[in-house]
Amino acid sequence: MGRKLLLEHENVPGIAGLEVYRAKGGYRSVEKALRTMSPEAVVEEVKKSGLRGRGGAGFPTGMKWSFLAKPPGVPRYLVVNADESEPGTFKDRYLMERIPHLLIEGMITSSFALGANLAFIYIRGEYFHVSRILERAIDEARAAGWLGRNILGTGYDLEIHVQVGAGAYICGEETALLESLEGKRGNPRIKPPFPAVKGLYECPTVVNNVETIAAVVPIVNDGGEEYAKIGVGRSTGTKLISAGGNIRRPGVYEIELGVSCDEFINSDQWCGGVDGRAFKAVVPGGSSVPIVPYELFLRTAAGEPRLMTYESLSDGGFATGTMLGSGGFYAYNDAQCIVRSTWNHTRFYRHESCGQCSPCREGTGWMEKVLHRLEHGEGRLEDIDLLWDIQRRIEGNTICPLGDAAAWPVASAIRHFRDEFEFHVRHPRKVKDPRHFEKEPFVRTPKPAAV
Amino acid sequence: MGATLKAVTTTEGVAPFAFSEQALAECRAIMARYPEGRSKSALIPILHIAQAGNDGWLSVPAMDAVAALMGLQPIEVYEVASFYSMFNLRPVGRHVLEICRTTPCMLRGGDALIAHAEKRLGIHVGETTRDGLFTLKAVECLGSCGTAPMLQCGAKYHEDLTPEAFDALIEQLRSTALRSNYTDR
Ligand SMILES: Cc1cc2nc3c(=O)[nH]c(=O)nc-3n(C[C@H](O)[C@H](O)[C@H](O)COP(=O)(O)O)c2cc1C
Ligand code: SF4
Ligand code: FES
Repeated sequence: MGRKLLLEHENVPGIAGLEVYRAKGGYRSVEKALRTMSPEAVVEEVKKSGLRGRGGAGFPTGMKWSFLAKPPGVPRYLVVNADESEPGTFKDRYLMERIPHLLIEGMITSSFALGANLAFIYIRGEYFHVSRILERAIDEARAAGWLGRNILGTGYDLEIHVQVGAGAYICGEETALLESLEGKRGNPRIKPPFPAVKGLYECPTVVNNVETIAAVVPIVNDGGEEYAKIGVGRSTGTKLISAGGNIRRPGVYEIELGVSCDEFINSDQWCGGVDGRAFKAVVPGGSSVPIVPYELFLRTAAGEPRLMTYESLSDGGFATGTMLGSGGFYAYNDAQCIVRSTWNHTRFYRHESCGQCSPCREGTGWMEKVLHRLEHGEGRLEDIDLLWDIQRRIEGNTICPLGDAAAWPVASAIRHFRDEFEFHVRHPRKVKDPRHFEKEPFVRTPKPAAV
Repeated sequence: MGATLKAVTTTEGVAPFAFSEQALAECRAIMARYPEGRSKSALIPILHIAQAGNDGWLSVPAMDAVAALMGLQPIEVYEVASFYSMFNLRPVGRHVLEICRTTPCMLRGGDALIAHAEKRLGIHVGETTRDGLFTLKAVECLGSCGTAPMLQCGAKYHEDLTPEAFDALIEQLRSTALRSNYTDR
């Protein structure tokens, strides 16, 4: 269970440079695709691989590519989503810092498959230092003939530009990203039309995550079927997980989908277990996915061992499951307060709401206010039901999924940790100290296993 | 969304702004990389260049110069500048310290680092020290959660911070005459 397709050479000295990257087999996928395959054949391999978008939603990449409209005479674009702002997620940064050419290679092969002659990497402004690394890699690739006019003498042309953002989580949402790339505020667009029909500059556009595009390289090199042999069920291939929170070994790990959750969090190959206390809860896929108690992370409600796959993590729906999301994994030890963390999550979404839809704009504001008073020992019991009511009214009633993303952490925290919220109402003085559970961890009343 | 500090919306008492020759050349090169008629796409990259050339903030004269250069209405520039958190719409210190306050950092001591920074610098989040050297900002997840707590200053990330490491950074920055800009190479 240790095959690496993306990070195999992560520790090779000089792998960020073209020479070493090429010596390790880099740019083979470009040679193979441009010289021996048709664009349709590349799309076919991606379909066979079962690759699903690594940005968070897990939508099948091959299917997304086949939706791309192809009106004659209209340019098509590939836009790589390097906005990486989902709290807990830092895998794309690691990949781009370590092996920038892997992304550039994946973009050339993917752009060829999509018939795009201009591609952009939209990278969050805070990653300015990473944008320099990418620009250097692009210059190297262009000088070596992998980019520009008539690549490898095949008549295929491609330019790649790096575009920096300026600080806005919402610009990770693909239509907000396109607005921002067009020089506007990052307000999500109403869909349809989808970017595949009307995207950048009103032209057909594919937006994919950094890791998704990088995965196209091994898929083209080894074939989609080889890729699909890794994993379990509809969760094929490998996934980068950025692990943080109260674990012993934080970092970016490439796992074969299907590793057991227990192994992932406790084995020294990955997270290495808890940092000296006891685990309390886990957020496995970035702050937008439901938080689950540690026991429910390890086992499903039916008592089955949970696996690191899209399906297993969401087993039980929102009642007892969560989601793989972006792979922004963080774990809580028993010194942490769930009410405080939920308040912090909500403060984030309130700050990042673009303000277009009232349920999101007003709802996040109200939830933050109520959570703030609960956390500071000034809440009432009715506040818990009020919170539940607000989050329920946001979910599904907004232009973009940020509204849902703001609702789910609140709903799941109340669902699984309601007694901790009640504790805050009953013991206002105890929770005044921001580290109230450090000396005396909160003990949850165990719930019946079946739901 | 939006800048954390209140915007200065007047030109009164505000220094005039002009791009340097080098900055102008860079801006023109950026505008040329989009398809014909789509050079508005260059707005955010050019605002970064303007901010770096204007003591780290976007004054009205600086934004108006961007509008003139790009052939945009000033409002098209203001509405974008005010949307993104990296654009400062009022003067800031020579070094802007942006500490991450989001949940994964909080789990690893982000809050404690902010409290320490406020005490050490004698200011609150959102304020600038009297000597004009430091502005303290609390920002959202910077994609560095595994090396938390952390802060960003200009283009540089400072990770795995302890109170001691923070103090050492302050001392080092104190003796750095150059402003820390996002665009630093
Ligand atoms: C609020 C919000 C933020 C998002 N942030 C990101 C992000 O930072 N990176 C990313 O790749 N996808 C992000 N997404 C998902 C994108 O909208 C889009 O689904 C993704 O880029 C598609 O690429 P994929 O299919 O390769 O995953 C975000 C979505 C929402 C609603
Ligand atoms: S859900 Fe929130 S972030 Fe998304 S468009 Fe509506 S207001 Fe903006
Ligand atoms: S939460 Fe601070 S860098 Fe991610």
